[in-house]
Amino acid sequence: MSPFEYVSPASVEDAAAALRAAPGEARLLAGGMTLLPAMKHDLAAPSLLVDLRKITPLRQIRLEGGELVVGAMATHYEIATSTQINAFLPVLAQLAGGIGDVQVRYRGTLGGSIANNDPAADYPAACLGLGARIETNKRTLNAEEFFCGLFSTVLEVGEIVTAIRFKPVVKAGYAKFASQASRYALVGVFVAQYEDRVRVSLTGASHDGVQRIPTMEQALEKQFDSSVLHAHEIPLESLMSDLHASAAYRSHLIKVMAKRAVDACLGKPGPTVLRHGGRVLFHKELA
Amino acid sequence: MNSLLNQPRVDHAVSLILNGKRLSAQVDARTLLVELIREEAGLTGTHIGCDTSQCGACVVHFNGNSIKSCTMLALQADGGKVETVESLAKPDALHPLQQAFTECHALQCGYCTPGMLMSSLDLLQKKNTPSESKIREWLDGNICRCTGYNNIVKAIGQAGAVMQSQGAEQGGQAHESL
Repeated sequence: MSPFEYVSPASVEDAAAALRAAPGEARLLAGGMTLLPAMKHDLAAPSLLVDLRKITPLRQIRLEGGELVVGAMATHYEIATSTQINAFLPVLAQLAGGIGDVQVRYRGTLGGSIANNDPAADYPAACLGLGARIETNKRTLNAEEFFCGLFSTVLEVGEIVTAIRFKPVVKAGYAKFASQASRYALVGVFVAQYEDRVRVSLTGASHDGVQRIPTMEQALEKQFDSSVLHAHEIPLESLMSDLHASAAYRSHLIKVMAKRAVDACLGKPGPTVLRHGGRVLFHKELA
Repeated sequence: MNSLLNQPRVDHAVSLILNGKRLSAQVDARTLLVELIREEAGLTGTHIGCDTSQCGACVVHFNGNSIKSCTMLALQADGGKVETVESLAKPDALHPLQQAFTECHALQCGYCTPGMLMSSLDLLQKKNTPSESKIREWLDGNICRCTGYNNIVKAIGQAGAVMQSQGAEQGGQAHESL
């Protein structure tokens, strides 16, 4: 690790001031589950870490005006086990409970994850699928405007994600095919059904990071049943091909995960987190 | 990398409660919690395996939750409570988990064992009698390359039953539903 300075301010204002005043590259430290491993490999070498851990309001989870408001520093574990989230938006709790392992879930945060916008992370799919609004110390952004490509967001220097707001949804489901090693999504599909529309978002598969799948949305708006996705094909040129999976394999998985997410919405039984290289049971179902 | 630029600058104060005792030290900001535990406090029961938060050999408790101490800065633990595998045994008796690991032959080389113990202690503190599938799911972040896990899972189940009966005697119980 390259040397860096470290501060742990007590307020968002002080954290923003520290970011602006830093001479070199300053980075926010939330749970550190991505940033610290990146720093160990010198893939990131900030001159200053601004640790948000003492800013306790950022951890708050609350219902406000019919919306769920999750503080940026709420951990995956807190989200997975929150009574309020399990009642208001159980799909978000389920998704959070499927991230990494429990030790990662105790430390990693919602705000850290979306600010990093890893193309295989789970939360960006939830934020985009649920039309979440992302509050920062400067403005409120729709998920559509917030995420902009691999590991990229529209966040500016000195801008800090403070909370994520979720509106109620009629039904929602998320299914992912997880990498056996990292638990990141090889493919993850989020489906949200509202009274007048359906939103489908995809993570893990695309060259451009998290994105919606409008063709699936249109098909599901006509008939909300997994059978309508049976003939659906995702163009291969938009999909990643790497050592984990070919574009063709990912294309197939998108359809399977989308169907499972729809089935989860409809309360049909079935696994929603599948392990790559995992159990024989699933190989048969995926064939 | 210029080695002069990489010289440690021991200019940050950290103070925490480690196994019930106050530990105060001056550290370089880069110091990992596991390094503080092993090198500053001299408690070498906590192991470094992969150093990439995969293997779980470095698992300790921070403020009551199991975490990977190779992926946490010592400074992030400032003001908190840390418990390591050294906190488990009493002078005259092993902890029920340690006892069960011994009886069930839940280790061979033992390198992963401190992390296994601290992860499973966290589980048993939150859920009295976890199912076998819950135990296996909970051990997602702990890798053993010797035993194949079956005896580890068995030992945790056995220890859970012992701890529950002890807890009932003392009027305590696991505090969280998972």
